[in-house]
Amino acid sequence: MKHLDEYRDAKLAKPLVEELKRSVTKPLRIMEVCGSHTMSVFRNGVRSILPEGMELLSGPGCPVCVTSAPHMDAFIAMADYPSVRVAIFGDLFKVPGTQGSLSNASAGGAKVDIVYSPMDALEIAKQNPREQVVFLGVGFETTTPTIAATIMAAKVQNVKNFMVYSTQKTMPAPLKALLDDPELKIDGLLCPGHVSAIIGEVGYKPLAEQYGLACVIAGFETADVLSGLIALSRQIANNDIKVENCYTRVVAPDGNPRARAMVDRVFEPCDMDWRGLGVIPASGLKIRKDFADFDAEVRLDIALPEVKEAKGCMCGKILKGQSIPTECPLFDTRCTPMNPIGPCMVSSEGTCAAYHKYGRD
Amino acid sequence: MCVAIPMRVTKVQGDPDDFTTSQIATVDSNGVSKEIRLDIVDHWPKVGDYVIIHAGFAIHSLEEAEAKKNIELLRELAENTPEELLSPLREMV
Repeated sequence: MKHLDEYRDAKLAKPLVEELKRSVTKPLRIMEVCGSHTMSVFRNGVRSILPEGMELLSGPGCPVCVTSAPHMDAFIAMADYPSVRVAIFGDLFKVPGTQGSLSNASAGGAKVDIVYSPMDALEIAKQNPREQVVFLGVGFETTTPTIAATIMAAKVQNVKNFMVYSTQKTMPAPLKALLDDPELKIDGLLCPGHVSAIIGEVGYKPLAEQYGLACVIAGFETADVLSGLIALSRQIANNDIKVENCYTRVVAPDGNPRARAMVDRVFEPCDMDWRGLGVIPASGLKIRKDFADFDAEVRLDIALPEVKEAKGCMCGKILKGQSIPTECPLFDTRCTPMNPIGPCMVSSEGTCAAYHKYGRD
Repeated sequence: MCVAIPMRVTKVQGDPDDFTTSQIATVDSNGVSKEIRLDIVDHWPKVGDYVIIHAGFAIHSLEEAEAKKNIELLRELAENTPEELLSPLREMV
């Protein structure tokens, strides 16, 4: 693809690899918080060329992986309501709750549609006026505006059988929670490219200014990731900690105010439960009262069950960057992509799935 | 999940200031054509621009020249690199 292949070209990557080796002067722990970065790093072999002393950790950057078990159970319970049809992004289909997954529910007769866009869920609602169609909202800042715009479209078009159950989350809040944890030591953050396209550079300023964390926004091709790592190690070597943008073709300094305005019209901040991290104040988004007609939480009266985590599962620690998958007793024994126990193995962008697919390293 | 891909705009419909109209662009990538929503795009695109698409919505639009600028930035990052490694890079920019 034009202007994309260049970023994958070895000619561009090779000098960047050399420069990265030169720029690392002391041991560094870098965290990435985007499932797409996790996969790009493994798929493109970036781990194998990391200079000695540079450690790359995966943080809570996969929205499926940080969906709490009670929310997952509530999703499955909703799908079992006789008049309800749920619409989801595909990566949610196989995530286990305590009693099976949406995939199992679907096999048992529940109506589960996998959609590419929330707008597709709205279309399903229009085509099936006798059913209540619920889109299960899972995602970060990149996804939330698409859901807000869909709710707005439902209101404009007066579609009465479309709803959203929101577990939408915001990214900077859990990063602050992680940085407050004395057990976790990280020097730099590879900021998620497409979340940044919405929130811009400003979203990370408190992390750099209050926590002294080097922050670099990077894209997803090999050259993008390498350039992000170079910029991070240079900031740390020169003790010049700030927010830097290496993904200027997609991320503007102030992000996308038009998308944020759409989110503000439809959603308001709320406390949110994160798998592995617990409840973090003001880290989630719920639907405003003005749009209550489209809020499944209000209309369907869903109780969140008490849930116990699977015994031995270390997803919580893995999501915090405190453990790696190979330290988990279930990894590649009882927990595999075919029969996953924890969400980090289920999601195609989960850290455990990446370790399984691309080697243990 | 936050995967987003660039595609080239071939047609634009709707009024950027009125979301009650259908704000839609037709986009193309390697001969695959698709309609996407413009409700949340940062700048209203014109035919020939590129849009970055997530879940059926454009989240960012850019002109072709901007797409190239990033390569320039990456080249600058490698500025201390020996000349023999840099020359293929110069050819690309």
